[in-house]
Amino acid sequence: MTATLASEMLRLTGEHIVLVFTSLVIAATIGIPLGILVTRRPGARRWAVGFANIVQTIPSLALFGFLIPIPFIGGIGRRTAIIALVLYALLPLLRNTLVGILGVDPAVRESAVAMGMTARQLLWKVELPLAMRTILAGVRVATVTTIGTATIAAAIGAGGLGVFIFRGISTVNTTQILAGAVPAALLALAADGGLGWLEKRLSPYS
Amino acid sequence: MSRVVAFRDVSYEIAGKLVLRNLSFEVAAGETLVLLGRSGSGKTTALKMVNRLLEPTVGQVVVGDAATTAWDPIRLRRRIGYVIQEVGLFPHFTVTANVGVVPALEGWDGSRVARRVRELLESVGLEPEEYGGRYPRELSGGERQRVGVARALAADPDFLLFDEPFGALDPVTRRKVQGQFLELRRSFGKTALFVTHDIHEALAIGSRIGLLHKGRLEFIGTPEEFLAAETTEARAFLACLVPGAGSR
Repeated sequence: MTATLASEMLRLTGEHIVLVFTSLVIAATIGIPLGILVTRRPGARRWAVGFANIVQTIPSLALFGFLIPIPFIGGIGRRTAIIALVLYALLPLLRNTLVGILGVDPAVRESAVAMGMTARQLLWKVELPLAMRTILAGVRVATVTTIGTATIAAAIGAGGLGVFIFRGISTVNTTQILAGAVPAALLALAADGGLGWLEKRLSPYS
Repeated sequence: MSRVVAFRDVSYEIAGKLVLRNLSFEVAAGETLVLLGRSGSGKTTALKMVNRLLEPTVGQVVVGDAATTAWDPIRLRRRIGYVIQEVGLFPHFTVTANVGVVPALEGWDGSRVARRVRELLESVGLEPEEYGGRYPRELSGGERQRVGVARALAADPDFLLFDEPFGALDPVTRRKVQGQFLELRRSFGKTALFVTHDIHEALAIGSRIGLLHKGRLEFIGTPEEFLAAETTEARAFLACLVPGAGSR
């Protein structure tokens, strides 16, 4: 491996991580509170989950393309890519938050209310801790898929490990493709393992 | 004797169906009133009105000096202990944290909560050193139930509600836990409303028994009076008695 390739790999991996991390933080900031909110509003539940489901069915390359001509949020570059990645990551986060909270044993919820917990105490002391495992599983799915999907972001000039892959495809250069694919796969494995470990750590009771 | 809870002509309707009809009775200080009835007789619904998990459609439930609807529900609930069949222990809390929940919510300081938890675990026969650090899944059904009772007693409530608390236990364990319940009642002298569909249990632990049938109170009186009751529903329950099994 040449020194230039190695340093480019390092740089693009860094870009990739920034892209993924930024998207996930934004998606979690929207998706988890939204998931909590819709547990309180059954009417809004179908709309929120439906919207997130529809976004997931759009092929990722097409979604990146669709966003380019949209004013303000669109265009070429990192910002557009982050918006697309956020939209993809929303569904697992939203759905797992919803499922996790609704999955809390009704007897546990009832006894919390009967003991005089306020709505806020019920959420923070009972519902969220008990849903944490499921929510983290959603974060894990979102992270792994975002790491993969982010390689396509290079198609709209957002950088990241996809740069290698697209370059490798157009020049029929396997080394280049692997220089993008292998670090992306390793990132996904590391994230999966790390978050899986955290899931177990956070629920010593089960 | 002063009354702690009073139902005044309470009816409850849900989805066009009358679950409770003109229910009126009082629970006197220090007694255990058992509400006996079949599934769907409305006994759990009645119980949930005391801590305002439900509100009457008509009439009122008076706790202390005020109707439940005039109480701040949070304050009301913290003064009433509640034990249900599924126990509802918090699976992510240790036994110690479970028992200390209400005192902690009430803002007691840590050492006072700890002292109270130890005292209660001992009084329900669970060694604090051995059980305090366990999670609910590491307990047997009977132990879980006892933790549930300790939790309900934690903040020294004025009144206790029991919703088929021993229903999920095997008959042998159940009998043992009922015995402990009677001992606890003697030592704490708490007033309680206790819901069950088990006639043996009703006779064993009730100071008085109220018989609910299709949302109506058909009978109310002491266990001795109940044994002589003539209503059809009372006879139906009495027919389930195994000779000798219901005696104290």
